[in-house]
Amino acid sequence: MSVLRPLDKLPGLNTATILLVGTEDALLQQLADAMLKEDCASELKVHLAKSLPLPSSVTRPRIDLIMFVVNLHSKYSLRNVEESLHHVDATFFLGKVGFLATGAGRESHCSVHRNTVVKLAHTYRSPLLFCDLEHHPFLQKDCQMVSLPRTMEQPPRCSAHPARSPIPQQPERGAI
Amino acid sequence: MLRVGPGLAADFIFCPVVRSFSLQYLCLETMDSCDTPESTPRQRASSRLKDYFIGATPLQKRLESVRRQTSFVPTPPRRKIPQCSQLQEDVDPQKVAFLLHKQWTLYSLTPLYKFSYTNLKEYSKLLGAFIAAEKQKGLAVEVGEDFNIKVIFSALLGMKGTQRDPEAFLVQILSKSQLPSENREGKVLWTGWFCCIFGDSLLETVSEDFTCLPLFLANGAETNTAMIGTWFQKTFDCYFSPLAINAYNLSWMAAMWTACKMDHYMATTEFLWSVPCSPQRLDISYAIHPEDAKALWDSVHKTPGEVTQEEVDLFMDCLYSHFHRHFKIHLSATRLVRVSTSVASAHTDGKIKILCHKYLIGVLAYLTELAIFQIE
Repeated sequence: MSVLRPLDKLPGLNTATILLVGTEDALLQQLADAMLKEDCASELKVHLAKSLPLPSSVTRPRIDLIMFVVNLHSKYSLRNVEESLHHVDATFFLGKVGFLATGAGRESHCSVHRNTVVKLAHTYRSPLLFCDLEHHPFLQKDCQMVSLPRTMEQPPRCSAHPARSPIPQQPERGAI
Repeated sequence: MLRVGPGLAADFIFCPVVRSFSLQYLCLETMDSCDTPESTPRQRASSRLKDYFIGATPLQKRLESVRRQTSFVPTPPRRKIPQCSQLQEDVDPQKVAFLLHKQWTLYSLTPLYKFSYTNLKEYSKLLGAFIAAEKQKGLAVEVGEDFNIKVIFSALLGMKGTQRDPEAFLVQILSKSQLPSENREGKVLWTGWFCCIFGDSLLETVSEDFTCLPLFLANGAETNTAMIGTWFQKTFDCYFSPLAINAYNLSWMAAMWTACKMDHYMATTEFLWSVPCSPQRLDISYAIHPEDAKALWDSVHKTPGEVTQEEVDLFMDCLYSHFHRHFKIHLSATRLVRVSTSVASAHTDGKIKILCHKYLIGVLAYLTELAIFQIE
């Protein structure tokens, strides 16, 4: 069973890869589209997955950041994230994992208590962001403003360190 | 609409699915000690020694202790299973019988300013005049309706959790009978009552002039509810808001009410889920024989007299996995909309029907807690 490890592949130069894991395909797609529209110092790649482990048949670049998306309206998405967390190596949790909780705004539809997700994020020592990814034009913009600055500032830190890369290259921009 | 009848529950008694959060593979040594309350004092002492020997500076140690304090994760709630409280035994079952078997719409109400129990007759007159004026204004004109209505405010004795709780009171709109000689009480058109059960957390925060009755239940025409709400808001400077019950609280109610001991069961235990799919919404109804539900609860339940978050989750997970085994549908991805047991039934829109006199106070206590939470 493949476990995601942060350093098992060489980093891409000036590239950052974010993996979004969650059961709600439409929401993940929306978030990914919004992220790609934003300006980023490095080149940004976003991968979407329903759950982990990822199929090993596909070649993919090194994953720099994993965001687990939990929909507070659905207990199933929380269980799915909990199962997927078992397939992530412990060293990933040193700053390369985040949790995104969506749907807290509509309190009447929530089947998962906010504190459950807070406790989950606390247990894994990872940041938790609350946003609303439902199909709402205002909230979509809010989501961009709330979650993107945070995720955008992380990838440049994760992208290529020229000192480690064996390939000779031109002076890098926007690293660290 | 998909219905699953009680017949399918025959093979319900099976080993409950045990789900636990396993963190054994994750070991960040310096942090673990604060998160495991079960760790023995010896382990905690040794990790502290380890910190000391690694050469943590006093600043680092202070930062670590501040970090432990501020990274506060609220503990999940533990609630008491509704029992027959002592105060309830003083209540005459006949007097509260009219509260049962009726569908009540729930509202949460902020504290009333300068409300006095001695002025109930005066309030009746004022409210009656207000309603008559409103109806004549043409707001709620119905052909052939009798405008001769009477409003009665009365105190509901015994509907409280502790002695500190304010007395509950009842408002009724009755239609006056046409023949004055008969002097008969007319038909009840609308009923509403205000109560506070175990509202200690709210009572502590308000001053003397305020009366805290956070839970308001109404039965009758919506127009009447709106009118009476407006009068109360103007007279006592309070605010009504509809109390919706989300799926999380509905599953707590299901577990708590299934846990109640009943001599005989009046109704099947039924759940209703709403699946959001286009174009037409799909509703899934799942009915279980109440004794099977109680047996399942007993196999899950550990601490006597209390219900914990884990037990509620386990109870619901058993239902979900049973359903999944037969229909391959993940109920946990849908929204729980209605729960109905022999004790009471609740709908997510804030509608409740209490069926059992014995646990009336228990049901109201939980609803009061939700109302207080909404106010704060």
